[in-house]
Amino acid sequence: MSDNQISFVRKHMLPEAPPPVAATGVVKWLRENLFSSPANSLLTVVSLYVVIQIVFSAAPWFLNGIWDSPSLSACREILDGKVGGCFAVLSERWNQLLFGFKYPSELYWRPGLAFILLFVAGAPLLFYQIFPRKMLIFTGLYPFIAYWLIWGGSILVPVFALLGVLLGAFVYKRTVGASAGMAVIAGFVAALIFWILSGFVSGPMENVLAIEPVNSRDMGGFMINLMLGVVCVSLSVPFGIVLALGRQSSMPIIKWICVVFIEFIRGVPLITLLFVANVVLAYFLPPGTTFDLILRVIIMITMFASAYIAEVIRGGLAALPRGQYEAADSLGLDYAQAMQLIILPQALKISIPGIVNVAVGLFKDTTLVSVISMFDIVGMIRGPILASAEWNGVYWELFGFAALLFFITCYGISQYSQWLERQLQTDHR
Amino acid sequence: MTTVTDPPKASFQLSQLIYDTRYRSYTFQFIALMLLIALMAYLGANLVRNLAEQGQNIAFGFLYEPSGYDINQRPIEYDSQSTHLRASIVGVLNTLIVAFLGCITATIFGVTAGILRLSPNWLVRKLMAFYVEAFRNVPVLIWILIIFTIMTAVLPAPSAFRGDDPDSSMLFDAFAFTNRGVYTPAPIWGPGSVVVVLTFLASVFGVFYYRRYATKLLYDTGKLLPMGWPSLVILFVPTILIYFILGQPIGLEYPELKGFNFGGGIHIRGSLIALWFALAIYTGAFIAENVRAGIQAVSKGQTEAAASLGMRPRRIMNLVILPQALRVIIPPLISQYLNLTKNSSLAIAVGYMDVTGTLGGITLNQTGRAIECVLMLMLFYLTISLAISAVMNVYNNAIKLKER
Repeated sequence: MSDNQISFVRKHMLPEAPPPVAATGVVKWLRENLFSSPANSLLTVVSLYVVIQIVFSAAPWFLNGIWDSPSLSACREILDGKVGGCFAVLSERWNQLLFGFKYPSELYWRPGLAFILLFVAGAPLLFYQIFPRKMLIFTGLYPFIAYWLIWGGSILVPVFALLGVLLGAFVYKRTVGASAGMAVIAGFVAALIFWILSGFVSGPMENVLAIEPVNSRDMGGFMINLMLGVVCVSLSVPFGIVLALGRQSSMPIIKWICVVFIEFIRGVPLITLLFVANVVLAYFLPPGTTFDLILRVIIMITMFASAYIAEVIRGGLAALPRGQYEAADSLGLDYAQAMQLIILPQALKISIPGIVNVAVGLFKDTTLVSVISMFDIVGMIRGPILASAEWNGVYWELFGFAALLFFITCYGISQYSQWLERQLQTDHR
Repeated sequence: MTTVTDPPKASFQLSQLIYDTRYRSYTFQFIALMLLIALMAYLGANLVRNLAEQGQNIAFGFLYEPSGYDINQRPIEYDSQSTHLRASIVGVLNTLIVAFLGCITATIFGVTAGILRLSPNWLVRKLMAFYVEAFRNVPVLIWILIIFTIMTAVLPAPSAFRGDDPDSSMLFDAFAFTNRGVYTPAPIWGPGSVVVVLTFLASVFGVFYYRRYATKLLYDTGKLLPMGWPSLVILFVPTILIYFILGQPIGLEYPELKGFNFGGGIHIRGSLIALWFALAIYTGAFIAENVRAGIQAVSKGQTEAAASLGMRPRRIMNLVILPQALRVIIPPLISQYLNLTKNSSLAIAVGYMDVTGTLGGITLNQTGRAIECVLMLMLFYLTISLAISAVMNVYNNAIKLKER
C-alpha cells in the first residue's frame, strides 16, 4: 500500500470563502433593516418617497435664501419669483429677537456677558468630574453677578442680597443641630430681617458703583425665556425638595399644607397662574406697592415648577427601600443628617430624568408669557416684527428660527441628562 | 432588658417643646399653622383694603348681566345679549370640544408613532424618532402658531374658488380649505334616520355579544370561531341594509360658494383646527414615548415563553404583551390627556373662544372682575383635573398587580 492509492487528501486548509453577497455588508443591512418583508418594503418605499418630497421642496427654499435685504418686498424683488426663504429678517432683527426692542443697544454686551458667564458657572455643576470644585464658589456668586449685569444699578443691592443669603446659611448651620425645620425657618427669618434693614442703606446710596440701570419692561426676546427658565428651574429645585419632604412628613398639618399646594398648582394651567401674576396679585399686596412684572411672573412660574418637581422627588423618595430610612435611624442620625447624607442623594439620583423633564417643559412654557403681553421671543415675533411694515408676512423664517432655538436647547438638555444618568449608574449591569 | 418609659408628666418643662422630639413636632406644626394664618390674614387684609380703596367688592352678580360680545363658535344658542354666565358655558363647551377631539387624535398619532418606533424598519424607526424629538422639544405655543399661520395665511381665500377657471378647487367637491376655515359636508337627518342610528348602535352591541360568545365557546369547548370578519359584517351590513331599505334617509349637505363666502355644510374654523392639530401632534409625541416605554417594559422572557407555548406573533402581542403593557401605558396616557386639556387654554393665542378666552379674556376685561374670573377659571380646571385623577386612582387600584 502506498500513499498513491488514496486519490486525494487535502494537506492544507482551503482559504475562507467570502460570505455570500446577500449576507454581508450593505446588502445584508438593507435586507434586514429595510426590506425584510413585503409589508416592510412597502413601508420603506413610502417613507423614502415622503422624505425625498420634503427634502426636494425644502432645499430650494434654503439654498435660495436671502440673508441681506432691508424688507420683505426687497427680498421678493431679489428672489424674482423663485422659491426662497427671506432669512434677512433674522440678520436684520437679530438683536430684537435676542434682547427685545427696548433694551439699550449700547448695553447688549451686559446680558451677552451674563450668558457666557452662565456656562462658566454651570460647568462645575454639570461636569463636576472635569472642573475643579473651587469653581463652585463662582457658581454661588453667579446669580448676583448676573442680576447686576442685566438690571444694572448700584452694586450694593446684589451684595446685600448675597450677604443676606450668607447670614441665613450661617444661622441655619448653627441651629440645625437642634431641629432641621426650626433651622430652616430661623435662617429664612434672619435673611429676611437683614434684607429689610439693608434696604435702608442701599436706598439712599443708589449711586455707589452703579452701572446704568435697565428697567425690566425694556427686556425681551430670547433673553427673557432664558432668564425665566434658568431662574425658575434653579429656584424650584430647592422648593420642590422642601415640598416633597413636607408631603412625606408625619406631621399632619405640614403634610396637608403641602398636599393642597401641590395639587392645586398641578390642577390649573400655567396661563391662569400668569393671569394671577398679571392682574390679581396686585390686589393681595399692600396698596401702592409696584411690583415688577418679571418678578411676579418668576414667583408664579417657580411655584408652578416646584409643585411638579416636588411630585418627581416624592417618586424618588418613595422608590427608596424602607431599609435606607431604618439604617439611617439605627446609625443615630437625626432627620437633617439622614436626609442630607443618605436619603436625598439617592432619591435625587433616581429623580434626575423626571427633574430634567420638568425643566425642559418649564423652559418651553416660558413662551406663555407672550400671552400676558410680555415680549419674549414669541411675543417679539408676533408683535413688533410681524406687525412692522417691512416684515409683515415672514412667518416661516421667524417661527422656524424660534423653534430651532428651543429645539437645540431642549434637545441638548435631554441628551445631557441621559449622559448624566449613565455616569451616576452605580449598579452592576 | 431595659425598657424606655415616658418620663412622668410632672417633670414637663417648656424647653421640651424644642428639644424633645416627642413634643417638637407639635411646636413645629403650631408655628407652621400660625405662619400660614398670618400670611392669609395679611393677604386678606391687603385685599380688603385694596378693594375698599378702589370702591370694588367681590360679587358674582356680573355673571347675570348681558355680555355684549359675540362668540364665533357657538355649540349652544348664544348672542351678544346673553349673560356672561352663558358666555362662560359656551367657553367651557368649546374647551371640552377641543380637548375631546385633541385626545382622540393624539391617541391615534401617539399609538401609531410609538409602535412604529419599535418597527424592524430602520427608516421608519428614524422618521418616528425625528417626529417625537422635533415635537417634544419645541413649545406647543409655537406649533399652534405655525399651524394657525398655515390655516390663515397660506390657504387660499374663498374668492380663489370663484369663476370658471378658479385658482383653487374643492377636494372631492366636498371639502373646501380656505383661510376662513375648512368647510365639510354636513349630514341631513331625514325621517327614519333614527332607525338607522339605532340599528348601528344595536350592531355595536351585537359585535360585543358575538365576541363574548366566541370567547366563552373557546374556553368551554376549545372550538375557535373566527373573530375578524364576522365582527365587521355584524357592524356594517345591517346598518347599510336598513339605510337603503328606508330610502337613504340621511343625506349630505355640501358646502357651496355663496357670495363672498362658503355656505352650507359644517364650518370648522382655522383657530379650532390649529389648536386641535397642534395639541394632538404635540401630545401625540409624548404618548408615543409612553407607548414605546410600556411595550419595552414587558420583559423579553414573556414573549419567549408565549412563543414556546406555540403562540403566533399576533396572538403573543394581543394576549400576552398588550395586556401587560397597557398597565404601564394607561396612567401616563391619562395624565397626557390632562396636560392636553390644560394646554388647550392656549386657545387665547389664536382667538379660539374657549373658557380662557371668554371668562378669562373678554369677560374679565369688560367687567374688570379679575379676582372672580380667575378664581372661577381655576376652579373649572381644578375640577376637571381632580375628577380625572380620581378616576385614575380607581383604575390604578383595580389593575394593581395582586401580589402575595
